[in-house]
Amino acid sequence: MNTNVATAGEFNRIVRFLIHELKPRGPWLTTFNVISIPVIVAGLVILCFRFIYGLGSVTNLTQEHPWGLWLGFDVVTGVALAGGAYVITFVVYVMRVDKYQSIVRITVLNGLLAYMFYGGALLFDLGRPWNAMNPFIGNSFGFASVLFLICWHFALYMVAAFVEFSPVIAEWLNLEKARKFLKSLALGTVILGVTLSLLHQSGLGALFLMAMPKIHPLWWSQFTPVLFFVSSIYAGLSMIIFEGTVSHGVFKNLLTPKGHHSFDDMVFGLAKGAAITMFVYYVFKALLFIHEKQWDLINTSWGYWYLLEVLGFVLVPAFMFAFGHKHRSLNIIKTAAVIALLGVILNRLNVSIICFQWYEPVRYYPSWQEITVTLMVIFSEIWIFRWVVTRMPVFSSEH
Amino acid sequence: MDRRGFLKTTLVAGTAALAGDDLGALELRHPEEFVGVLVDTTRCIGCRACEVACGETHDLFVPDVINDGALATPRKTSERQYTVVNKYETEQGDIFVKRQCMHCHQAACATACPTEAMHKTLKGPVTWDGDKCIGCRFCMISCPFDVPKFEYNEWNPKLVKCTMCFERQEKGLKPACVSACPTDALQFGVQVDNLEIARHRIYAHPDKYVHQIYGEHEAGGTGWLYLSAVPFDQIGFRTDLGRTPYPEYTREFLYAVPAILFGVPAFLLGLNALADHDKPTGGMGSEFLTGDEEAER
Repeated sequence: MNTNVATAGEFNRIVRFLIHELKPRGPWLTTFNVISIPVIVAGLVILCFRFIYGLGSVTNLTQEHPWGLWLGFDVVTGVALAGGAYVITFVVYVMRVDKYQSIVRITVLNGLLAYMFYGGALLFDLGRPWNAMNPFIGNSFGFASVLFLICWHFALYMVAAFVEFSPVIAEWLNLEKARKFLKSLALGTVILGVTLSLLHQSGLGALFLMAMPKIHPLWWSQFTPVLFFVSSIYAGLSMIIFEGTVSHGVFKNLLTPKGHHSFDDMVFGLAKGAAITMFVYYVFKALLFIHEKQWDLINTSWGYWYLLEVLGFVLVPAFMFAFGHKHRSLNIIKTAAVIALLGVILNRLNVSIICFQWYEPVRYYPSWQEITVTLMVIFSEIWIFRWVVTRMPVFSSEH
Repeated sequence: MDRRGFLKTTLVAGTAALAGDDLGALELRHPEEFVGVLVDTTRCIGCRACEVACGETHDLFVPDVINDGALATPRKTSERQYTVVNKYETEQGDIFVKRQCMHCHQAACATACPTEAMHKTLKGPVTWDGDKCIGCRFCMISCPFDVPKFEYNEWNPKLVKCTMCFERQEKGLKPACVSACPTDALQFGVQVDNLEIARHRIYAHPDKYVHQIYGEHEAGGTGWLYLSAVPFDQIGFRTDLGRTPYPEYTREFLYAVPAILFGVPAFLLGLNALADHDKPTGGMGSEFLTGDEEAER
């Protein structure tokens, strides 16, 4: 009886606390709000049209280009950029490298939100989203399908990432017992998360294996899954540097001076990791190019486009990371991170959209509605991110 | 019983269980083999009766073949037409080619489908099930012949492609296009028979045909086979698709999945055990100790 009363009291406390926390804080008329609110409203209106009149009413998708910006950018690219969470949890929990502890929470939060929003954006793109649960229930398991694998791994990874983040929520709700229990799950969920990430990051590349005759030979390879996995590592590291830099500017008041100082040290370590991964990626790309004897493809406009991606957006930032690490230049590293991120975006869009059906005279360009909905997804994610970091103990690792 | 024999028997049993007595109705000599259609483009006169019959049978768009002048430019199948006939001007004169789903033996679309909505039936036709389909369009990405089409302007879109009249076959009828063809350019039957007929025609008229049966090996073999008087790249066929069945391209990756799913966690647990436990972890380090270690402190 007593325990019931205590539980009920605890429950009431949490509900009151949640209602209190749900109230908006801070000034309303910020630049971000002024830009993002109209975009989110416009995106929701566009989605109404999409669900009433079909995908064709708001997108430029065609029979030749069945996947456009929503798939190629939101899902294929967004998931690569969220790779930081599995990299950093691997380093801190499995390898026990203490140096990066203070960014674990923020990185896992970023990864979790990215999967929820970018993976969630898949629902807008599915023609029959009310059947979206089919891969998970019933006797319609497409075991031989790469997409079936990715569906499951997305779902499981979101659970794993949520459990990884859950001690922060428990700490925020002041539930000490739950926090201790959830924290004890950390190593197991991290290992599950790393394994699932390895599989679905490469799986996104495997989606394009059967499209062999339709993708330009410079971008199709039997090893695309490996390339996607390796590039997701430096994409994740670059994203941590980029997001960390932005967060440290915007949420300065939430940080302790000590935390601020150690972030710079971490950036140097992340830059070194990114440089090494990018060199490995570049060598692999070069080996594939030589092995496939693709020299005669280079002196074409597609060849120049390929060189721009591989030299300009992989090799150049790789050297910049290495140079910035050696000469302790944060500015060079941060610039390199931006270029590397653009390079990953370029690569994913090349494989999934730009070099798909490259021989077709009619090209695909995203419509303004597709771009607006993509921006809506990004802005909504930032809204939730901002709500979480201003309330939960995300920037601190002490309690 | 050898392995092939066993597989055959299993397939027959499975097919019989699914289709009941209808197998006999077609009087097929090899009920365990895939059915398909042999298209002899030298016999096609471009009347497009097949397009009309297809549209009427499947409640789709029925073209006005007399007046629409659609043969002027090659067309693709679309979300309103399972099949189209195209005209190609070659050194052998005008050649007409009917196009539709090829019904690959190892269909890329069916392998790609996460819900088995695209399904390679045991009899050969590749069919689509709207109750299972999530509309991801991965079948369209994967199909080497670019066959599945999507209804972009419907709130409840379908994936549209030729079903080889699977429903008619279950009633013991030939596909509508084959029944409608006035010149026997289309020949419905089991794959081995169709191949035999095709080879016989090439042997009997070695100067009339190019010595290739399109679909015998393309993409690992297809249910629809084509004969032609001119090289196939002159009449709208891709000749760079290779002989590998398309599911093979993802098979290695999928084989690696269970190995990674069980191997990597074991490896990582070992790695974690090897990582230095005794290293002094001051300050923020305490966050990541397990409960026991925390208690010891």
